[in-house]
Amino acid sequence: MSSIRQIFEKPWIWAFVAAIGVWIATITFTQGQGAGGVLTAAFSFATFSVIVALGQMMVITLGPGNVDLSIPATMTLAGTVATKVMATQDSMIIFGLLVALGVGLGVGLVNYGLIRLLRIPPIIATLSSSFLFQSAAIWYNRGLRIKPPPLLADFATSTVWGVPVLAIFIIVLSVAIHIALHRTVYGRSVTAIGQNMRAASLAGINVNRVRFLTYILCAVFAALNGFFFSAFSGGAALNMGQTYLLNSIAVVVIGGTSVAGGFANVPGLWGAALFLFLVEAMLNTYGLGAGIRLLLTGLIIVGVITAAGGQKTAR
Amino acid sequence: MSGTPENIVRLDGVEKHFGAVRALDGVDLAVNAGECVGLVGHNGAGKSTLMNVLSGTTAPGAGVISLRGVDVTRGYSVATATTAGIRCVFQELSLCPNLTVAENARIMHSALSGFGWRRRAGALIIDQLDRIFPGHGIAAGDNVGDLSIARRQMVEIARAFSVTDTAAALVILDEPTSSLDAHVAAQLLAFVRDFVAAGGSCILISHLLGEIIDTADRIIVMRDGKVVAERAGSGFTRDSLVAAMGSVAKDDAAGRAAFASKRESGAPRVRAKPKAQTDGRDLVAHPGEIVGLAGLDGHGQKAMLLAIMGEGETGQGDVTVTGPLALVAGDRQNDGIFPLWSIARNTGIRSLRALRTGFLIDRKKEDALAEEWRERIGIRTPDVHNNILSLSGGNQQKALFARALASDAETVLMDDPMRGVDVGTKQEVYGMIREEAKGGRTFIWYTTEMDELDHCDHVYVFRDGRIVADLPRSELTEEKVLHSSFEEAKS
Repeated sequence: MSSIRQIFEKPWIWAFVAAIGVWIATITFTQGQGAGGVLTAAFSFATFSVIVALGQMMVITLGPGNVDLSIPATMTLAGTVATKVMATQDSMIIFGLLVALGVGLGVGLVNYGLIRLLRIPPIIATLSSSFLFQSAAIWYNRGLRIKPPPLLADFATSTVWGVPVLAIFIIVLSVAIHIALHRTVYGRSVTAIGQNMRAASLAGINVNRVRFLTYILCAVFAALNGFFFSAFSGGAALNMGQTYLLNSIAVVVIGGTSVAGGFANVPGLWGAALFLFLVEAMLNTYGLGAGIRLLLTGLIIVGVITAAGGQKTAR
Repeated sequence: MSGTPENIVRLDGVEKHFGAVRALDGVDLAVNAGECVGLVGHNGAGKSTLMNVLSGTTAPGAGVISLRGVDVTRGYSVATATTAGIRCVFQELSLCPNLTVAENARIMHSALSGFGWRRRAGALIIDQLDRIFPGHGIAAGDNVGDLSIARRQMVEIARAFSVTDTAAALVILDEPTSSLDAHVAAQLLAFVRDFVAAGGSCILISHLLGEIIDTADRIIVMRDGKVVAERAGSGFTRDSLVAAMGSVAKDDAAGRAAFASKRESGAPRVRAKPKAQTDGRDLVAHPGEIVGLAGLDGHGQKAMLLAIMGEGETGQGDVTVTGPLALVAGDRQNDGIFPLWSIARNTGIRSLRALRTGFLIDRKKEDALAEEWRERIGIRTPDVHNNILSLSGGNQQKALFARALASDAETVLMDDPMRGVDVGTKQEVYGMIREEAKGGRTFIWYTTEMDELDHCDHVYVFRDGRIVADLPRSELTEEKVLHSSFEEAKS
């Protein structure tokens, strides 16, 4: 019994419970039809949410005021530049990936440059820089959609026994971030800064370097997501990142990471990302109107956060 | 058993347990009008918990609370206490740092409402500050976050004593002088005597036994959640009080006689000149040396420590440091504690690199380090994995000491770290500091307590951001330090 109770004290469990509940509600309605298909689709889309949420989670964990709003623009820019550079050639895939990561690095440098050198609050800095990146993407390709190389498109959409191959890679990446968060000096430094930046600095942590690395990490992950998502969806579109702005923040918060900083949670990201997709899928299956769908999505999210939060204060 | 009307407040058999820790184990306490009661005891003896019960923030597990002879145990809350005129100045300051002094006064006094409340609140608090701390130098419009810790404490005290609709019948002062320098502390204690003479009551909690003996009419000694002694203030001496608390005072005269300078050999680890320094004086600290920073609170000592740490703006004076540094924070909440973490993680944060096996932090090493220092420095907890906030204030401070002493730092900076630490622990920590210094560590120690300067090899007295005196231990006397502290800066 005590081990079951221990599991239910984990802050990430509620996102998974909610995701499974919603999935069961969906397949009950369809009488079991397409149960596996919904799951595969959920994993495909959750993978993209998780890539950006990993970076956003680290940024939010840096403490109040830290958030990266340039994720959608970074995705678009990286996806656009990478697909154009690859020019549908399979031989250029690795080079395209490196270019995308390079874009992420550059974005991170600009963002933290604004935050650190010009002392602009992160929320404003990343918001304004996102206009620059979005404009750069438009200027670079004039809105033309170039197809990804066929091999890359196959990779991004392929599955093994119903599990998307990309999801497996990103689960490995999540495990790496989980370990980095709890077991490395960098991860400890991030959570220390999120709790008390002054104390962290006085305890010998190089606060600027850690914040710098975190904004770089977030931008590189966003770029990586742009690269894979444009491969997955048949090319980079200018609005491809749009839904990921609020999605990345929602996934982080529903996943049990503290909005106030200092406490992060990787497993919860997967639960939350699956949950958000499955809610959408469920309401679509029920055939409800768009207004009702949004309303219910909002209410369900509030319900899950309340359930998870209530559990926390009861301890 | 609910007392007589003369009892402003009376507690009978009050108990409070936090898990296995018996913070209060059947305490009886009565306070009468026109009386100052002193309360002493080690860290974790239950003093702060008792005051939390009195002020209504903690509900007792058992026992009876009565106010002026009326049993009010059921539903006793902060509101009940406030209506009865019970005011509290807590050890952990409770002002809002983002608000001004006047606005903070308004938070406690809801009678200050309607048009012009800000002006009236300002007048109220400044008037009270003038009465308690003449020459305090605080303005009603100052942001509390910008004030030094001593001035914040002064505002908090003045706020508790100021009167709007309900009179202050009983004011609880939990370690009120711990961040005040001697001059301001004396002002406060004189005011407390006047307040009591006028019919008010006070409970005074302090680790400075001298001020308790001088100020309190009656002294209550607590140990392990119980009252172990209760006598008139004049019935105690410093030594008998310490004995009642359960530790023995040690005389340090032998150490003073045996002083030998450590400055002859080798290069200094730290050389620092305050920004405002106009003459050639600078602060020097050699290996194995304990260097004291003295003077009135807020005269540039902390800025000096931060400059040595490499914090703050560039151009805070010339600083040369060799070897790694660590800081023991005095302002725990702002500079030290990571509130979401366990005691073990709070202890290990300064030593993360040494706690690794390969690339990853080794939890076994981290636990072993915390366990070792829990033993050595006596942190009172059943488990180092408990949250840091489960510790009493003094024990949190010990964890911060452990953080610095367990690190690889060759120089340890201390920012008046003994605030709210009891006498027995202080003696242990002093011993530890001397031992570490013997082993070659350098300590730079800002302190507001004169006694602590006795442990230093060299003392720099600060005034107006400058070093105004430089005294080796052989020349150190209290008079010289006081004289330099109050001396007008020569232009």
